[in-house]
Amino acid sequence: MSLRIEEHPILTFKKGKKVTFTFDGKKLEGFEGEPIAAALHAAGIRLLRHSPHKNRARGFFCAIGRCSSCMMEVNGVVNTMTCITPLAAGMDVKTQKGHGVIKP
Amino acid sequence: MSRQTEIFVVGGGPAGLSAAIVAAELGAKVLLVDDNATLGGQLIKQTHRFFGSSARDAGIRGIAIAEKLCQEVQARKKNLQVLLNTSAVGFYGDGEAGILSPDRYEKVTYERVVVGTGAVENSLNFENNDLPGIYGAGAVQTLMNVHGIRPGHKILMVGSGNIGLIVSYQLLQAGVQVIGVVEAMPTIGGYLVHASKIRRLGVPIMTGHTIVKALGTDGVTGALLCRLDDKFQRIPNTEFEVACDCICLAVGLSPLIDLFQQAKCKMVYIPELGGLVPLHDGNMRTTNPRVYVAGDASGIEEATTAILGGRIAGARAYESIHGPSATAQKIVDDANLELKSLRAGSTGDRIRWGRERLSQEIAAC
Repeated sequence: MSLRIEEHPILTFKKGKKVTFTFDGKKLEGFEGEPIAAALHAAGIRLLRHSPHKNRARGFFCAIGRCSSCMMEVNGVVNTMTCITPLAAGMDVKTQKGHGVIKP
Repeated sequence: MSRQTEIFVVGGGPAGLSAAIVAAELGAKVLLVDDNATLGGQLIKQTHRFFGSSARDAGIRGIAIAEKLCQEVQARKKNLQVLLNTSAVGFYGDGEAGILSPDRYEKVTYERVVVGTGAVENSLNFENNDLPGIYGAGAVQTLMNVHGIRPGHKILMVGSGNIGLIVSYQLLQAGVQVIGVVEAMPTIGGYLVHASKIRRLGVPIMTGHTIVKALGTDGVTGALLCRLDDKFQRIPNTEFEVACDCICLAVGLSPLIDLFQQAKCKMVYIPELGGLVPLHDGNMRTTNPRVYVAGDASGIEEATTAILGGRIAGARAYESIHGPSATAQKIVDDANLELKSLRAGSTGDRIRWGRERLSQEIAAC
């Protein structure tokens, strides 16, 4: 069963248009405007980064841009909070290792 | 660039929106900022019907209350300006704040500020509590009720307060199997009506139990639970494993208080209100005379009381600039009456004790 909710007793979900983006080089689909972390989650991906000191697997936790657990590299920008950053067509999303590297 | 306003409102949830609406209605110039892309705060994910008072939103779903407040904001846009995707990052000097939008940083000068920053979700200490697949109850609601995505297929709920119980029901509505609710206390924390609803659907509520560890390496595959004795110590040899692909933590909230500390408001620790809160009087004014507080930032409660606290803060902030107003006084009197009835009875015990302690601290101050 897909994680996307097709039918709900109370809610209807307005989706943006379907777009493709890349995650660690792989092509994935999501809906424009939904948070990157949500699109990844729907595609079955919840490991978003590895922690700086102990290299622990991390996903999102708060989903409202507070806890910093969901930070990834998006279009070359490290430490992007993917739980509140809207997905756009062609985005290049990468798992982040540690604090990430800021390229000069 | 710099902006000037009379009343600056931080946070577009039920508290901040209500403060802004009342202050604008009374005639003040109001600027409201919120760091989200939409107004409504956490109401936008609350699909359940509110209990509330019959005078205010009882029986209405949280999402509908958010829409109603947004319409009221729209109707007052002549003197109520809203900036979305904008964070209040700090206070600088007296009556000055910095606000950060995606493309610019600006200064705001104001006469009074109402801070309704809300709360952050608590985590819980157990082994592997950082694994992907462990989410706060608010996160589960956001993913499921705002974005239409299930957090997983089989979920374990930790915490049987009203949030844990209500979100368990919402998970069932979305087609997620809730394998059980774990509660450390010997009794269920939330209202029985919510507990009965999920128990009728076959969800066990395990009181006197805790989570020992989450299982899995790159993500949750299960949990190890055990029983607790009457001193909350783990009972040896009672551990058992459950299979699930995610774990939801509904273990309370803490007021989001950074801005008050920065504004040098006196803080007090009141466990019944969720921890550290800015000391404030019945007018929602803190010890910094420019700064008012409303909503969960003044003590963890719920959206209806946040709306009422916001209305009081908005009215009093207006009066502190423009002088006494009979209309403002009526708003405050009505709100206080509603608050009294909402906090009555045994379910309001903790809040009443907490607020009583707050007034003692104020008297001593």
